[in-house]
Amino acid sequence: MDAMITAEGLVKTYGEVRALDGVSLAVPEGTVQCVLGPNGAGKTTAVRILSTLLKADAGHATVAGIDVVTDPQSVREKIGLSGQSAAVDEYLTGHENLQMVGELYGMSRGEAKARAAELLEQFSLTDAGGRIVKGYSGGMRRRLDLAASLVARPPVLFMDEPTTGLDPRARNELWDVIRQLVGDGATLLLTTQYLEEADQLADDIIVMDHGRIIAQGAADQLKDQVGGERVELTLAHGDDVAAAEAMLAGHASGGVRANPQTRTLAAQVSGGAATLRKVLDALDDAGIGVMDFGLRRPTLDDVFLTLTGHKAEDPAPTSTEATA
Amino acid sequence: MTTLTRTFRDSRIVARRNLIKIKRVPDLLVFTLMSPIMFVLLFAYVFGGSIAVPGVDYREFLMAGIFAQTVIFGATITGAGLAEDIQKGIIDRFRSLPMSRSAVLAGRTASDVVNNVLVIIVMSITGLAVGWRIRSSPLEAIGGFLLLLLFAYAVSWMMAYIGLLVPSPEVVNNASFMAIFPLTFIANTFVPSDNLPTPLRHFAEWNPVSSVTQAARDLFGNTDPSFPAPDVWSLQHPVLYTIIWAGIIMAIFVPLSARQYQRTTERG
Repeated sequence: MDAMITAEGLVKTYGEVRALDGVSLAVPEGTVQCVLGPNGAGKTTAVRILSTLLKADAGHATVAGIDVVTDPQSVREKIGLSGQSAAVDEYLTGHENLQMVGELYGMSRGEAKARAAELLEQFSLTDAGGRIVKGYSGGMRRRLDLAASLVARPPVLFMDEPTTGLDPRARNELWDVIRQLVGDGATLLLTTQYLEEADQLADDIIVMDHGRIIAQGAADQLKDQVGGERVELTLAHGDDVAAAEAMLAGHASGGVRANPQTRTLAAQVSGGAATLRKVLDALDDAGIGVMDFGLRRPTLDDVFLTLTGHKAEDPAPTSTEATA
Repeated sequence: MTTLTRTFRDSRIVARRNLIKIKRVPDLLVFTLMSPIMFVLLFAYVFGGSIAVPGVDYREFLMAGIFAQTVIFGATITGAGLAEDIQKGIIDRFRSLPMSRSAVLAGRTASDVVNNVLVIIVMSITGLAVGWRIRSSPLEAIGGFLLLLLFAYAVSWMMAYIGLLVPSPEVVNNASFMAIFPLTFIANTFVPSDNLPTPLRHFAEWNPVSSVTQAARDLFGNTDPSFPAPDVWSLQHPVLYTIIWAGIIMAIFVPLSARQYQRTTERG
């Protein structure tokens, strides 16, 4: 399988800041590459270079086999860009936006109109298509933005934080749309601050921090890097927490975290379900009531914390649900 | 499609988009259509009684000046519009498309011309209502309007450069106001330049805003041959002098804007 997007040693500096510090990647055709990292990690800079909006100071990149620097105009015929790096016009209607983009791709007015109607339908925007974008909700705007990047049915898509600022419901809707697109064979590079998003959509995840790639792999591989599963328990009675903590420590491969207020305990274990069964049996023998239990794999949050020593999330108001 | 037809086609698409926006943003509509009407009425009725221009009715004298000032202000839409498009990420959308690279700037400046044509129509009607008359031939009058549009078109390219240099619409508006107000007032637009203090008079006489005003006044037949324009080359040959200025402005600012477009949009 050929790589549809490649980068080798991309460097971009702004004054003293190295926004990109030697980034290389290769995205096979028909796959989703997530680029995960906090604000300022260099994700947007990477997307802007790959989508011909910005020239790298050093390095080399191709899209669909075409060099982004020597032949940007041919690259633009192969790509769709949406998210933070490109916008829709809020004074035009949804339909006018899509039609304009179509015509600028070289379609005739009739073709562009037909394609616009088709996309509005696909993105459940038909009713809103005649209205000015200024009155759209955040979710509608992002759907239109995504539709605009698909007008010419490009084989390669770049989405720069497509769900940032959306509420969980709108985010879920957009994820469904993205899954559908990839099902149709598109190659997608998607940046996100949300670990859950990468987990949901990506074939392969690149974790970036301070302009560098600090880890790469499928979600499961990244999780394996931080170690095994965790047993999580919620007890029936708060009085039992200390006893249960001592008992759990005997089975854990790491430290035990206990919270008497919420009556919850968590510990890293190596034996999986067998260990969980042993813990439950031991608690049962001791007469300690358990309300809820589970065996959880580490989240990408744990991955990011382990890799970088700091949390992936910015203290932005939109970040609350991503840690769930 | 050849590069040229592609550029022309894409510019037209961008221009159409800009004009739709003017239609939908009430502020812009007020700015472009109401302010010229207000200017005509204010100057005609407030100043008109106190300013005497030898040989010609003040309202007839005034109209060419107001036309000049208004189309120059109309040209500032380019600057503010570009700054806003950069700020909002629309320019990045355009740059990610396989469209003509010069279409964004060409479409912008072209939509200013269309806008100015509308403004001129509205102002002409207002002018006719307060007593302004074209006393030359229709051909000469059309020549006068075209010259106004040409000069404003050149100014659009200057404004495009400013808009790309300072990517915030508010700053562009303030900066262009500060530049345009003195230019359009230290001129023969609202009063004859003869009575200005000497340094200002020299400035006014060689100010291209004066020459475009003088040219329009001549071409509309709003001058009295027994009271000729000041005896300086710029005002004796106002049409030629205006065309030279438009040429110089464009020769400087078309390439400068094109270069700045690349630079500005490659930031961040």
